[in-house]
Formats: sequence, C-alpha cells, structure tokens
Amino acid sequence: MEEKEIITTPDEEQEYVINMGPQHPSTHGVLRLLVSLKGEKVKSIQPHVGYIHSGIEKMCESITYPQIIHLTDRMDYISAHINNEAVCLNVEKALEIDIPDRIKVIRTIMSELTRLQSHQLWWACFGMDLGGLTCFFYGLRDREKILDIFEETCGGRMIVSYNCPGGLMYDIHPNFQKRVKDFIKYFRKILPEYDQLLTGNVIFHERSRGIGKLTKEDAISFGVTGPTGRASGFSCDVRKHEPYSAYDRVQFKEILHTEGDTFARYIARIDEMWESMNIIEQLIDNIPEGPFAVKMKPVIKLPEGEYYQRVETARGELGVYIISDGNKNPYRVKFRSPNFSNLSVLNHIASGFKIADLVAIGGSLDLIIPDIDR
Amino acid sequence: MLPDIVALTTSPSLSVPWWKVVYDFSSLTEWIDASLHNYMSPFWTTITEMLIIGVLILLFYAVIGLFLVYAERKVCAFMQNRLGPNRVGPFGIFQTIADLFKLLFKELIPIKNADGFLFNLAPFIVIIASFMAIAAIPFAKGLHAIDLNIGVLYVMAVSAMGVIGVLLAGWSSNNKYSLIGAMRSGAQIVSYELSVGLSIITIIILAGSMQLSVIVEAQRDGWFIFKGHIPAFIAFIVFLISSTAETNRGPFDLAEAESELTAGYHTEYSGIKFAFFFLAEYINMFIVASIAATVFLGGWMPFHVGHWVGFNYIMDFIPPFIWYIGKTFFVIFLMMWFKWTFPRLRIDQLLTLEWKYLLPINLVNVLIMAFIVLMGWHF
Repeated sequence: MEEKEIITTPDEEQEYVINMGPQHPSTHGVLRLLVSLKGEKVKSIQPHVGYIHSGIEKMCESITYPQIIHLTDRMDYISAHINNEAVCLNVEKALEIDIPDRIKVIRTIMSELTRLQSHQLWWACFGMDLGGLTCFFYGLRDREKILDIFEETCGGRMIVSYNCPGGLMYDIHPNFQKRVKDFIKYFRKILPEYDQLLTGNVIFHERSRGIGKLTKEDAISFGVTGPTGRASGFSCDVRKHEPYSAYDRVQFKEILHTEGDTFARYIARIDEMWESMNIIEQLIDNIPEGPFAVKMKPVIKLPEGEYYQRVETARGELGVYIISDGNKNPYRVKFRSPNFSNLSVLNHIASGFKIADLVAIGGSLDLIIPDIDR
Repeated sequence: MLPDIVALTTSPSLSVPWWKVVYDFSSLTEWIDASLHNYMSPFWTTITEMLIIGVLILLFYAVIGLFLVYAERKVCAFMQNRLGPNRVGPFGIFQTIADLFKLLFKELIPIKNADGFLFNLAPFIVIIASFMAIAAIPFAKGLHAIDLNIGVLYVMAVSAMGVIGVLLAGWSSNNKYSLIGAMRSGAQIVSYELSVGLSIITIIILAGSMQLSVIVEAQRDGWFIFKGHIPAFIAFIVFLISSTAETNRGPFDLAEAESELTAGYHTEYSGIKFAFFFLAEYINMFIVASIAATVFLGGWMPFHVGHWVGFNYIMDFIPPFIWYIGKTFFVIFLMMWFKWTFPRLRIDQLLTLEWKYLLPINLVNVLIMAFIVLMGWHF
C-alpha cells in the first residue's frame, strides 16, 4: 500500500526540529545541535558553535609566550597537558633550544597519563550516553587516581599548567614514579572490568555496531583525526609519523581499525589505553637525571617568522601555528583543533539514524566544546 | 477483647498451630466488620470500611514509595562503588523524606502555551492507576482490600491505564522532547502489555483461576515457578523483562532517556506534580514485583517442600507478610540490578525484542503449558 502524506504546508515547515543543547545532557557542554527529525529518524544535523567562545586565539596576541599555556589549558581541558606541550614545543623549535632528555621523558609520561585519564572520562560519559549509568562512576573512580598523581606533582588536577617554554614548571614529586607504577599495576587489572561492564554487553553491541559509519576517504577529506580517524583506517598518529618529545624512543602500536563505526571508535580508544600504559611502563623506570628546565631569557622573543607544531592530543591532531613579528607577543596564533574537524563530520555520519544513535555517535566522537569554540 | 484470642478460643481444631491462626488476618477483619455492624447500618459500615482501607492503603503507598526510593539509591550506590545517602538520619533513611519536603515546597512552574487542564490532570491519572492496582494485591492471608474473581485481569487493566497519563503529560507539556518521550512510551507499553498478559496467562492455565487468593492457595505445596516445569520458568523470565519495560525502567527507560530526551514526558513538571510521576514509577515497580511474587513465587505462601513436614513446619513459622515482602523485594532488586548495569535499548530494538522474540516465545510457551496441564504432567 502506498503511503499518503497530507501536505498542507511546504516541506521546509513540516520538519520537526529540536534543539539539542546548548543545555542538554548528552552534548557534554554547550554545543547546540539543530536536529531535523522525521519521527525518530534524524534527517539532518546543523551544529551551532560559539556558545563558549572565549577568544583564546585573539587573547594570545596580547600576552607573552609563557602566558599562552594558561589559555591552552582551557581549550581542551581534558587533555590540558598535551595542549601546553604543543605551544612549548613550537616556541622551543622557534628558539632552537635543545631540550634535555629528562624533560622529554617526563613530558611524554605526563602526556600519556593525560591521554589515559581523558579516555577514562570519555568511557565514563560514553557509557552514560548509552544509558549505562554505572560506567560513569567506574570511569571517574579510576580517573581520580591519575588526577591525584597530577595534583602531587603539578599542584593542579585538571588544568595542570605543568609545561612551560624551555622545560617544566617544577621537578617531579619524589613519589611520582612509585605512584605511577602502582597505578599502572592497578589499572591493568581494572581495564578488563570495563570490558565486562560495557564492551561485552549484547545491548551495547546492538547499539554501536554499524552505527555512524565513517569511511577512510571521508575521514581524510573531513580532516578527522585521533582515535576517531584511526577507527576508520586513517593512519594519522602524529606520535608515530612525526615523533616529538620521547616518542621516538618507545615501542608502541598505532591502533588502526577499518570498520569506522561507533564500535570501532570505542575499541580504538580502549586499545589506546593499553598502548598508553605500555608507553608509560617503558619510560617510568628510565627517567634520566638532569635539570627540569632550560635557563631561558626573562622575556622570550621569537625571531620573525612562522612556526607550526602538531601534537597528538587525546582527541586527535592539535596544530599550533604562530606568526611572530619579533616582539614578546605573537602577531597571530591559530590553533588547528581536532574537535572542530571531528564535529564537522557529525551531520555526514549521523543523518539517517535514530535520535538515540545520534547520541551514541556524538559520544563516540568525544567532543570537547571549548576546544571547538576556542 | 483481642480478636486473636476470640479466634483461638473459638477455633474448632486445636491441632492447628497457634501462629497459623494469628497470621490469618481474616479473623481480625471479620471481627472489625462484625463490631462495626453492631453500631451502624450496613450502608454506613461499608462507607466506614472503605474509608479505613483507603487511609491505610494511602499510608502504605507513601511508606512503600519513600522506602523504594531509598532502596534504589542504596542499591544503585552499591552497584557503583558509592555509599549512597548517609547524612540525614542513621544510614540516611530520612533522605527521601527530606526530598519529599523539598518537592512539596518547590514552585509549580506554569508552562506557556501548555494545555493547562490536561497538564494538571496527567500526574493524577498516573498516580490513580497505580493506586487502584495496589487495592487488589493480597499482602497476607486475609489481608487484601478486595478479592476479585478476575483479580489478575483487574490489576493488569488498571495499571495499564497509567500510559494515558504519560501520553497526556507528553502531549500537553508543549515540549518536543516530551512529545517524543510520550510517543515512545505509548508504543512501548502497548507492545509489552501483550507479553505481560501472555506470560500471566501461562500461569492462569496452570492455576485454573484468575482470583489472586486462589492462585496463592494453589501454591501451597509448591510455587508455580517450580510446579510448572520449564514453561513457568520461561514465563517468569519473560514477565520480568516485559514488566521492566512496562514500568519504563532501565534498560527500557526510553520514555525518559535523560541522555537523549532530557527527561522525556515529565521534563516540564516541577514540584509535587513531578513527585507524583516519580512516586508512581516506584509504586508501579512494586505492583509488578508483587504480581511476579504472587503469580510465580507463591505470594505470601511459605516455601514448602513436598513431605518434609519438619521443614514445612519451620517455614510456616515465618509470617506470611514477611514472605510476601521478601519475595517482592527480591524481584525489585532484580529490576534495579538490570537498571544499573545495562545500557539503554533503542526504540526499534525495543519493539523488535517484543514482536519478534518475546511474543512468539510466549505464544509457544502458552501452548506447551496447556499441553502439560492437559496431560497432567505438572506436580
């Protein structure tokens, strides 16, 4: 039988449009998605960004280089340490400073700890997006342990501000190595528990397999990086392709999956947690002796020119582009943030699925909104 | 004079243990009925009895609702490595009462362009539906407000009325999320009502009656879940799944789905009207757990094993009300366990589960049960 629709108004006006956000539990912040629906089905998604725009790029033009790291902390606040590392590496590259090994190794360990806690938080929130509320508490329980390690060494828990151009703010705490080793030992036992709670669940498989498929070609053309891109088979790990800090001296796999669906993105992140633990284990016993910071000039002035440095944050590739006119402030700073590109793919992969799938796909992209708005 | 002593002294057979007489509430209710008849006409007696029962059930309703909210918090805390409420009173037992007062004092926010009459009516429909269902549940021997000969049918019919309230709430709130939630809830409850009905029919075939007191009495020498072989067990599992879905609880809480629809059909409600929805959810859970306990697990009937006279004698010593509450809370604990460990289903998967899996399984199950009863293969 043919379906007959009674059309009284033009098509555009018949759409059932809902505003997901800026205040919505599953957008993890103030992202606003204009979702056109047909019944339960998502017809199209129009992301509206800018609700938490804080003008970080513009503010960078009026402050000095060591001050920038306090702003990049607030961009992708879940992987604050890695953002800072990008700025510091860029400044050090411009000044052509040789960084001692101790700094490199500590930075790498801290970066991987940041990645671990970021993925733990993502796992917690992803479980909650799918309705498994217990995941949230499991994830946060373990994340607290890393934050405690951060607190002991850096003073801050989430916004660490530990890097600075030329090295680190302060040396590691005497307990640092022991506590990290204890944590890795603990977390190797706990991570299979995550699988028991969520990965092996049949409802979870039904909800995530084949949902929001992103092909490799699309991933490349949308510039989707990080675990999201690698789940589609796009080899984009900056740690592997353009090693910075101490990544050239550790053995680790680049996690690549080919399915490109929500489940692949999930597994890619779980696997990354294992890899992060491997990296930390290789380095934690081999922290060389030496200074924790290079003596820098009181006022850092970059030589005139353009500088670009990219790093792998927990969500993808972060690029920092600095144009300097020789002053103590940068002339222009541009951040290539991973979340912005990752968000752009949402309409492409989520339209045609149900509302519940949109939430699952959004969760699997692991968006941090201040990083999108900057 | 105390009613128990009356019953004891006038009891025809003294061989019956005294606690069996004490645990039988019918002597108490009959005594109250008889003494009321001494003072007033039959009409006023009925009115007075209805008032007494109404007040008692309301009290029970409130206490059970508050306790279940507390229990849910503690169970959920236990599942999530937390402590749960522990500040207000010993072990936080007054936390829900404090919350109730908070909800009572909160402002009832008027919604612009909402259908005011339906908006205000909806929470009452939901709560009345659950209130009516609780009247027919046998709590112990002789302790039920009304013993209809179609008790099971009545409970299912009135508890299904709650969906009208949910649909009205979603429709009248003038909120798109609420409307989606209400539509989901409508589709879900209408579908799962079938499975609930069929799984109970399986047991009705075995019991041969729809009267709840008869169903309980028939389980004197063995609960139906053991008596009915595998079909009864399958029916129990199906009943658990579908009744969880019928009460809109996780993993079937699509109508609320806070990560998708903020709070679904009760997004726009505040204060005591929200509390009505909240309370009704827990009472509905209590009702379906009671039905599961009564129909499958023997209601207030103690656990008896064939000819183990001594064992049965000891089991009889535990009051029937304790048996009933214990079984009900066991089922409630199972439902809470589901909620706090499983992710949520999607709407199409939910309907697929019902129409493609549970319903055929159920229909075959009914046939098998009918065959077993026909051949007399049950215990």
